[in-house]
Amino acid sequence: MDMKRDYYEDIELFSSGTILFWSVAFLVLLFTLPLYIPSYNIYLLNIILVHVILAVGLNILVGYTGQISLGHAGFFAIGAYGTALLMMHLHMPFLPALIVAGLIAAFFGFIIGLPALRLEGPYLAIATLGFGLTIMHIIGRWEIFGGRMGITTPPLDLGLPGSAYSLVIEGDVKIYYLILVISVLMVIGARNLMKTRVGRAFVAIRDDDIAAEVMGVNLTVYKTMSFAVSAFYAGVAGGLYAFVVGFFDPFTFNLILSIIFLVMVVVGGLGSILGAVMGAALITYLQFDLLKNVEELPYLGEFLVLISRKWLTVIGLANFGSIALGLIMLGIVIFEPLGMFGIWIRIKKYWKTWPF
Amino acid sequence: MIEQLLIEGLAIGACYGLFGVAVAIIYKTSEVVNFAQGEMGMIATFVAYHILTVYNVPFWLAFVITMVFALALGMLIEICFLRPAKDPTVLGLIIITLGAEMLLMGLAGWKWGAEQKDFPFLLSVQKTHEILPGLLLNEWSMGVFVLTAVIMVFLFLFFRYSRLGIAMRATQQNENAAKIMGIKVERVFSITWAMSSLIGAVAAMFFAARSVLDPNFMMEPFMRAFAAAVLGGLTSIPGVVIGGILLGIIENFFGYAWPEWKPIVAFVVIIVIITVRPSGLFARHYVKKV
Repeated sequence: MDMKRDYYEDIELFSSGTILFWSVAFLVLLFTLPLYIPSYNIYLLNIILVHVILAVGLNILVGYTGQISLGHAGFFAIGAYGTALLMMHLHMPFLPALIVAGLIAAFFGFIIGLPALRLEGPYLAIATLGFGLTIMHIIGRWEIFGGRMGITTPPLDLGLPGSAYSLVIEGDVKIYYLILVISVLMVIGARNLMKTRVGRAFVAIRDDDIAAEVMGVNLTVYKTMSFAVSAFYAGVAGGLYAFVVGFFDPFTFNLILSIIFLVMVVVGGLGSILGAVMGAALITYLQFDLLKNVEELPYLGEFLVLISRKWLTVIGLANFGSIALGLIMLGIVIFEPLGMFGIWIRIKKYWKTWPF
Repeated sequence: MIEQLLIEGLAIGACYGLFGVAVAIIYKTSEVVNFAQGEMGMIATFVAYHILTVYNVPFWLAFVITMVFALALGMLIEICFLRPAKDPTVLGLIIITLGAEMLLMGLAGWKWGAEQKDFPFLLSVQKTHEILPGLLLNEWSMGVFVLTAVIMVFLFLFFRYSRLGIAMRATQQNENAAKIMGIKVERVFSITWAMSSLIGAVAAMFFAARSVLDPNFMMEPFMRAFAAAVLGGLTSIPGVVIGGILLGIIENFFGYAWPEWKPIVAFVVIIVIITVRPSGLFARHYVKKV
C-alpha cells in the first residue's frame, strides 16, 4: 500500500491512480472556480494562492530543513517592492521582473543563511526577526521605496510595456488565472525538489545536522540553499501580492505578518506540501473573511457582542481575530503537533482500515 | 554632552537589561524563549493603569496588586499553555509563546482599546536633578538604576544560596536528574514563570512611563531587551544586564548621530555579534552531542 519497492516509485509525482485522479479533479475545479463564485471571493482566492506559494516555500525551510525564520515578511517585502520598482523604473515586463525580484530575495536569503550556519533555535529566531524588522525600517525610510506613504503598483503588463506587444492584465479574475498557473508550478516544483538529492539533504539536516555532515552532506551549501530557495518562494509570492492588492506600505510587512506565515506552516503541518497548502488556505480564510466581521458570526457573534457590552468594549471586538489566532496556535501545538496534515493522515488511515 | 548621552544610554540600557533578565530567567531554567514576555508586562501595566484610574487607589497599593497579578499571570500561562504540551520541539515552544502573545495582545485591545494613554507613574522622566556639575539625571533613570541593582543582588543571592534557586539551577542542568533528587520540576517551572513575569511587569511599568500605554507599546522594548539578552548570552544573568547596557549606550549614541536609523541599530548589532559569537558575549558555548 504505502511501501516503496524501488527508487522510481519513490520519485514519481503521483504515487497512485487515485491521487492522480483527485489531483486532476482538484485542478479542474480550481480552473473553473471563477465561473461559480462572486468576485469578492476571487480576491480572497488570489490572496490564498499567494500565501500558498509563501507557505510552501517557508515549509521547505522550517518543515524540511528544520530552521526557524521569523523574518519571512522581509523576503515578502523584497519581492513586492522589487517587482513593482523594476517595472516602474526599468520598464521590465512582469514575469522577468517577478523572477529577478525573486532572485534578489534569494540572494538576501543566502546572506541570512550564512550566520544561520552557526545559530540554532532561539538565536536563529532573533537573527531572522532582526532581519525582517531591518528590512521594514529601511524600506520605510528610503525615498526610492516610496517611504512611509507606500507605493501603488503599475499596471500588470505581461508583454513589453508601452509597445505594440503590451498585454495588460486587469481585474481579479485574470490575475487569478496568472497566479494559479504560477502557484501550481511552484507547488509542483517544491514537491519535486523534495524528492531529489537536495531535498533529501534538507531532511537529513533537519533530523540531525551533525550526523548529516558526517554522511557527507555539505552543511554550508545546503543550509544556505534552503534559505535561498525559501526566500525565492517568498519573493515571488510578494511580487504577486503586490499586484493583488495594488497598494502597499512598509508597515504591511511587520512582525505579525512573519508570525502569521509561520503559523500557516505549523497549523498546516510541518514537512508536508499538502499541509502548507491547507494551512495557508485556512489561516488566510480566517483572517481575511471569517474573523473580519466578528459581530456577524452565526451564534458566536451575538454572544461576543454581549460580553463586550458587559465587561469589555464593543469597539475592541475587532481584536477577536488576534485572540482566535493565538488560541489556534496554542491548540495546534498542544493537541495536534502534526497540524492539519496529521488530522488528514488519521482520517485517511481510519477509512483505509475500516472496519478495524 | 557625551556624559549626558552616556548616562541616558546607561539608564535605558539598564531597563532593557532588566527586562532581558526576565526573558533569561525562563530560558535559563526551561530553555523556553518567552516571546509573550512583552505582552505579559503590557497586560500587568494595563491592570495597574486600570486600578489607578478607575478605583483611585494610592500608587503603592496599585503596585502591590499588580505584582500579585503578574505572579498569577506568569504561573497561569505556564500551567495552561506550556505544561500540557507533550515533548514540544523548539519551534513548538516558540509557537506556544507567540500564541500566548497574540492572545494577550488581543485581550488587552478588547478590554482597553487601541488609543494611547498616559501611564501615571511615580517617577517622571521630566523631573531632573543635577547630580554632578553639568550632568543631569532624571528621576526615572535613578529609579531604574536602584531597581536594577536591587534585583541583580537579589537574584545573585537567590540563585546562590536559596534552596529554590539551587533547585532552579539543577533543573536547568539536568531535568531528569533533578526529578530523581526529589525536585518537583513542574512546580519549579511555574515559580520561574511567576518570577520572570514579576520582573517583566516592573520593567514594563518603567517603559510605559517613558512612552505611552497601548496594546503594542511593549513590542519594541521587548525586542530590544531580547536582543540584549542574546547579546549577553541568554544563560548568564549579569551578562544579560551588561548586554542591555551596551545596547542602550550604542543605541543612544547612534540615535544622536543618525536619528532616523535608531530603530534598526539594535538588530544590526545583534546580527553582527551573534555571527561572531553564536552564544552571546558572556555565555559558555556548549557543543552538542550527537
